[in-house]
Amino acid sequence: MPERARKIRVSCVLNGSASSFEAHPMARLLDVLREDLKLTGTKEGCGEGECGACSIEMDGVLVNSCLVPALQAQGAKIRTIEGVAIGESLHAVQQAFIAHGGAQCGICTPGMILAALNLLARHPEPDDAQIREGLSGNLCRCTGYMKIFESVVAAVRRAETGA
Amino acid sequence: METRVIGKSVPRKEGREKVTGRARYVDDLSFPGMLHGVTVRSPAARGRIRAVHFEGDIPWHEFTVVTAKDIPGKNCIALLIEDQPCLAAEFVSHPEEAVVLLAHHDKYLLEEARRSVRIEIEPLPGLFSIEDSLAQKEIIWGQDNIFKSFYVEKGDVDSAWARAEFVVEGTYETGAQEQLYIEPQGMIAQVNGAEGVTVWGSLQCPHYVHKALMILFGLPRERIRVVQAETGGGFGGKEEYPSMIAAHAALLARKSGRPVKIIYDRAEDMVATTKRHPSRTRHVTAVSRDGKLLAMDIDFTVDGGAYETLSPVVLSRGTIHAAGPYACANVRIRSRAVATNAPPHGAFRGFGAPQSVFALERHLDRVAEAVGIAPEELRRRNFIREGQTLAVGQVVKEKVDMNALLGRAFELSGYHAKRKQFAAENSDARGAIKKGIGFASFLHGAGFTGSGEEYLASEVAMEAMADGSVHILAGSTEMGQGTNTIFAQIAAEALRLDCEQIRIVQPDTAHVPNSGPTVASRTAMIVGKLVETAATKLLKTLRDSGFLREGYSAEDFSRACGEYITAHRELKSFVKYEHPRDLHWDDQKYSGDAYGAYAWAVYVAEVSVDMRTAEVRVNDFVAVQEVGRVINPVLAAGQIEGGVAQGIGFALYENVVWQEGRMVNAQMTNYVMPTSVDLPAIRVCFEEIPYGRGPAGAKGIGELPLDGTAPAIANAIAHATGVDVRAIPVTAETLLEMLEAVHA
Repeated sequence: MPERARKIRVSCVLNGSASSFEAHPMARLLDVLREDLKLTGTKEGCGEGECGACSIEMDGVLVNSCLVPALQAQGAKIRTIEGVAIGESLHAVQQAFIAHGGAQCGICTPGMILAALNLLARHPEPDDAQIREGLSGNLCRCTGYMKIFESVVAAVRRAETGA
Repeated sequence: METRVIGKSVPRKEGREKVTGRARYVDDLSFPGMLHGVTVRSPAARGRIRAVHFEGDIPWHEFTVVTAKDIPGKNCIALLIEDQPCLAAEFVSHPEEAVVLLAHHDKYLLEEARRSVRIEIEPLPGLFSIEDSLAQKEIIWGQDNIFKSFYVEKGDVDSAWARAEFVVEGTYETGAQEQLYIEPQGMIAQVNGAEGVTVWGSLQCPHYVHKALMILFGLPRERIRVVQAETGGGFGGKEEYPSMIAAHAALLARKSGRPVKIIYDRAEDMVATTKRHPSRTRHVTAVSRDGKLLAMDIDFTVDGGAYETLSPVVLSRGTIHAAGPYACANVRIRSRAVATNAPPHGAFRGFGAPQSVFALERHLDRVAEAVGIAPEELRRRNFIREGQTLAVGQVVKEKVDMNALLGRAFELSGYHAKRKQFAAENSDARGAIKKGIGFASFLHGAGFTGSGEEYLASEVAMEAMADGSVHILAGSTEMGQGTNTIFAQIAAEALRLDCEQIRIVQPDTAHVPNSGPTVASRTAMIVGKLVETAATKLLKTLRDSGFLREGYSAEDFSRACGEYITAHRELKSFVKYEHPRDLHWDDQKYSGDAYGAYAWAVYVAEVSVDMRTAEVRVNDFVAVQEVGRVINPVLAAGQIEGGVAQGIGFALYENVVWQEGRMVNAQMTNYVMPTSVDLPAIRVCFEEIPYGRGPAGAKGIGELPLDGTAPAIANAIAHATGVDVRAIPVTAETLLEMLEAVHA
């Protein structure tokens, strides 16, 4: 059995708070989040960066946490689904996903919502092509994506009207 | 009819948990002292197990190791019959068949250990195609490799050939399709002397798992408990296979004395679990000069894989749907499910119907061409109407107007104008892009077939609490399709309350009655009706007691519940399914009222084909259907859109590549499902004709969209390119070959 690398201490800003953990440098950030930090909102769908269920934001970039080694989290600003709502107050995108049928089975939803937030940060008023492109790294088998697009559009409209 | 909540898009009951990441799926659960489990699988498709070697530098003494010898009851996964072993003991019948189970607390070491078990097999020749199985090159199951066959006959087919102006023949094939729910399969089991066996998992049918575990462990009903965790998609893929994983986790838990979790990774899920049955259909059709169908002779075969599992039932639905929504006096359908040495094929949304409907709807476009009339004209001259008889001898008693659905679908899609426009544009031989538009018309029966619902005898319970909240107890599962919300709406409507006052109890065989499996587009229509009846009964009890008067408010209802419970201890109702007396089914002749109700639909697809790369793009999709009263428009449209997306995958992208019974592209990287940039706008339209026996008039909906999507696309590709599409998926590679043949 090969000797495993020693664990290292990693410090980062996780969902707005300073956080640190010990992990093998090449451990998947996905496993660290789910198993060590008990943030199980981030899901594993394929383990090879295809499905996007494990999407998180690192320094403002949407990444598949199944492909990120733990050591890369050092000094990073990380946002997971657990950091999207403020207390019990849902983000407009989360509310839109509920109102417009953007979530069905829910397993792609945390990653999809982070992808939507990341898209809206880059394109506050995205057109249809930008929405499709922005979410194309996140697979959904339930919705055919139509209700997800509608949810994103509704969240934008809500932001515009301030409703 | 004025309604409170029916017909309104009330938000998904568990939506808040899902959008915040708080919903707990099986892999999010953890128990103290829990071990992880893995499955060691057969490297060969068929053969005799000679030995199992535990090799490598692995501390084997730390591992829990389970083989067939550790099974306390019968070594089978009981379903319709008991032919599938839980763990192969002497023989293996397909690649990736489970042979050994391992458990350890360190999942990284566990993976190394799994790779260090070598299963030595003396190989035997296998069967890997429908043709080889039918030719009986080997006998691998029973006497003749046939799991089940059906014979349906209406009128006299052979008398029609001589009268026919045209006889059109054709053979059509559909490939396997992976369900590809985004949450892989998983289970956690705990076994102890006091409570027996308990499993928590991602599953559609808690009582299927319950039955399988009783027989595997030889334990009575009350010593097995199955709990559904939040389930990340099923589509049929979590109908029968979860029993296998539950069995494996429970055997490891029993031997180790610790809770054991088994979560499949994507590759294992794709290579080892069920897929849609590959199929082959042969049509011979007799047509009159004016395009009337005189006779339909249909021969339908599905590949069932190595064990029977659900193949007879899949075959049944595929057989009954094979002749479509047409009135034809003479129909003969011969069908069979055959054995091959692939992992068993299983339930997948549509359940045999997408296969036979693809063949029929593609074939009818060819029939129209032979007759020299438009494809829609052929359908119009043969659509079934109220009072006419379907192939299985069922007289259609519902209001049905396929012509109106066709008209609506053509209007929404601009079918006629585009058909002309594309034909003109395509005639320019230099054009690099050819466009086409095609459609399919079809029906889908809701609920179990024939006497199925009568045998299931589903049950639902309801309990009102002292605070006025009403709990629905049912074995029906939420897996994204909206069971929780639909049930809450049905109960709220019947009780004249808001949905927030209704609670859905988590499916747990220790607490909920058996409402039958969550399959077959039966949950809203059949179980939903039981929910409605249970609510009506509960309300009557409360009314008859004198605690509740006419014109009550939510507060009055809550107060009345409190008073009733103080006086009588509890307020419950219980309902069991009663089969309508006017529905008759003859299992021997395979004729009669196959389904209580059908959904009816016409789908139109518009495609463009890049003639250089042979890539097909669906540019527009219109789905018009009649599914009775729509309970929740957002959820209903979500069902159709999602089903159409899966159908587009089935038609164009999702290609399972086989090598000696093993899927070799078992990765999301090379098994391609549609992404957000691959799909057109999917436009959904419901025509609503309330169904008298459905809750608030609703019929089944879930499977319908899988039936008509692929043939509509195939017909559009044929229109665009002139290629006679006979098989799906139509990948760029296969279409390129066909284009070269056409233009050679």
